Amino acid sequence: MVHSRVVLLGPQRLQPTLATAVASLGLRGKLGAVTAGWEERENEDQELSAHLQGRTVNLALYERADGVFRYDTELHKATRERQDRIRRSQELYRLRLAHLLEAARELKRRETRPGFEELVEPQLEGAVQALRELDREHVQRIRAIHVEFELKWRPFERESVALQRRELEALLKECSGLCIAGGHVGILLNRLRMFGILDLLRGQPIFAWSAGAMVLTERIVLFHDFPPQGSGDPEVLEAGLGAIEGVVALPHADRRLALADATRVALFARRFAPARCFALPARARVDWKDGHWTGEPGTRELKVTGELAEVGA
Amino acid sequence: MTKLTELGSKPSIGPTDIDRFLRDNRFPLVEGRTVTFVYVGSADEVKLRHWISGLPTSQPFQRFQGSPMWTLTLDIPEGSRVEYKLEIVRGGHHQLIQDPLNENLARDPYGANSVVFGEGYVQPDWAKPDGEARLGEIQEQKIESAAFGETRDVLVYVPARFRTTRRYPLLVVHDGPDYLKFASLRTVLDNLIHRLEVQPMVVALTGSPHRLVEYANDERHARFIVDELVPMMEARYPLLPQASARGLMGASFGGVASLATAWRRPGVFGNLLLQSGSFVFTDIGPNDRGPVFDPVVRFMGEFRARPGRPADQAYVSCGTYEGLIYYNRSIVPLLQSTGMQVKFTEARDGHNWENWRDRLREGLTTLFPGQLMMVYE
Repeated sequence: MVHSRVVLLGPQRLQPTLATAVASLGLRGKLGAVTAGWEERENEDQELSAHLQGRTVNLALYERADGVFRYDTELHKATRERQDRIRRSQELYRLRLAHLLEAARELKRRETRPGFEELVEPQLEGAVQALRELDREHVQRIRAIHVEFELKWRPFERESVALQRRELEALLKECSGLCIAGGHVGILLNRLRMFGILDLLRGQPIFAWSAGAMVLTERIVLFHDFPPQGSGDPEVLEAGLGAIEGVVALPHADRRLALADATRVALFARRFAPARCFALPARARVDWKDGHWTGEPGTRELKVTGELAEVGA
Repeated sequence: MTKLTELGSKPSIGPTDIDRFLRDNRFPLVEGRTVTFVYVGSADEVKLRHWISGLPTSQPFQRFQGSPMWTLTLDIPEGSRVEYKLEIVRGGHHQLIQDPLNENLARDPYGANSVVFGEGYVQPDWAKPDGEARLGEIQEQKIESAAFGETRDVLVYVPARFRTTRRYPLLVVHDGPDYLKFASLRTVLDNLIHRLEVQPMVVALTGSPHRLVEYANDERHARFIVDELVPMMEARYPLLPQASARGLMGASFGGVASLATAWRRPGVFGNLLLQSGSFVFTDIGPNDRGPVFDPVVRFMGEFRARPGRPADQAYVSCGTYEGLIYYNRSIVPLLQSTGMQVKFTEARDGHNWENWRDRLREGLTTLFPGQLMMVYE
């Protein structure tokens, strides 16, 4: 469900900007915090809490999920099986993706070769369309796995989950906003989804960074151009929670992406267009309000030309 | 034309020209693949002593046009690292020294060598301290070893943000204290874990007071590692119990110890990181490396005849300039024939700690890849 007010920020560890963002919206009182992406370190949120003058209420989604799984072993087993299926699907998708991406990159390299200029573009468009089709198919396939799981197991109706949701709803009722930190994007997504957290909000604004920003999008894109092994192909994980529209969130883009490589930037932006690919390094900020994006000066997005441009107003 | 030949082609050369040449350049002088070594001083002979297999280990310098400057020009391929010393001969007396004109040193348990970097060699940034990386901790443990009949010290690297509620892979490193001291292993682990390139892991850094004996397929060593060290580590640290989350690592004789332990006790360790292993064998006749290698040669003979399946995957590396390159190249197809996944890397380097340091990222990320694509903090 699309949310009306979301602020995406750059990573917060070394240059926190969250308090300024919260203040800019004039929020008072408590703020819900999700740090489930930190896994077993979920409760080590002292720095975050201090940064927000002790106003945070950690929703403890990782711990709650652990409790649910301990109590409801049937759901635990089913969840593990679902995740195994998703992992296997991801593996197969990756195989096809590698070949399509290599073809697109090779075409891009030939763009400037004498005699090829006019011939490359239609072929490249075809290659990009094939990539988009594969990504779309993958998202659908994973979504089907989730739908099947939800129809069969109806997690929200199970006592173990329903009890936690009631507690979470009561906690969130007291909060003026929700902060979602980064960490492991898959675990964070699954915990937020497991408890249907966004459905429990009553229009409060969301502040999210790093993996937290990624899970709010319609489609989660994993990326790293400089891995120690392999070619670092950007890949779609699955559909996100869809709280914001038309955007791919790229935390640490300055470190994880070859932003000076126009070929890679152009192909990335073109593959995910019309979604806007926001680079979110430390101190970046983009605001989603009533269906529109605005960016703080200095916050940039990847363009199909291979350049980076200010997100702007 | 190199700068030295340019200097030599002048119609007349005075002390000022040589002083300027020495002042304006850094030595050894690297110009593409051409590297010029220079020594200034009185001597009867000057020689370059290096450990590049395939080249004469002692290469004579020439006196430069009757001056006190001695020079030697060699072809050193791109990306190479070559460790060396200068041998100065005066009045029949031979002295090995570090190159006075080169501040780059590579340290090892025996001291330090001068080192020249071929064009394009860059010390990896992940092997240098990174202010942003969270730091792991080194703890000291002791084991009452029945295998050796004495107490053995073990250093244990525990990653940053270590939690007892989590389970970690275990890597056992031979010559562990030397890896810390000479191959920056602690910094490398801190950085690679911080960058999510390798999994947070617990590393047991073992040493041996008699490594040439104990590391050469000594049954007591396998017993110590498998029956004493691993259980002790599992009792004191939260470790993943499966072989796929355990690894053995070592360089030189430490590589032999890793392989021999895995071979004697298959199924305990899933991963081997073998650097410049001293995997010497002979197909016919005795070995020519001295009696210390006899047990290694016997082991390699047995291993080649009955390799079994010591582990699931291995990362093997060796310097192209090492005399061991032949043996390391030979072991790759043998390991592969057992069904193991094997990755092999050669580097233009020698049998030294910095070579082993520079291969750590590839080795560790091959065997214990981190969640780089899944974690965004």
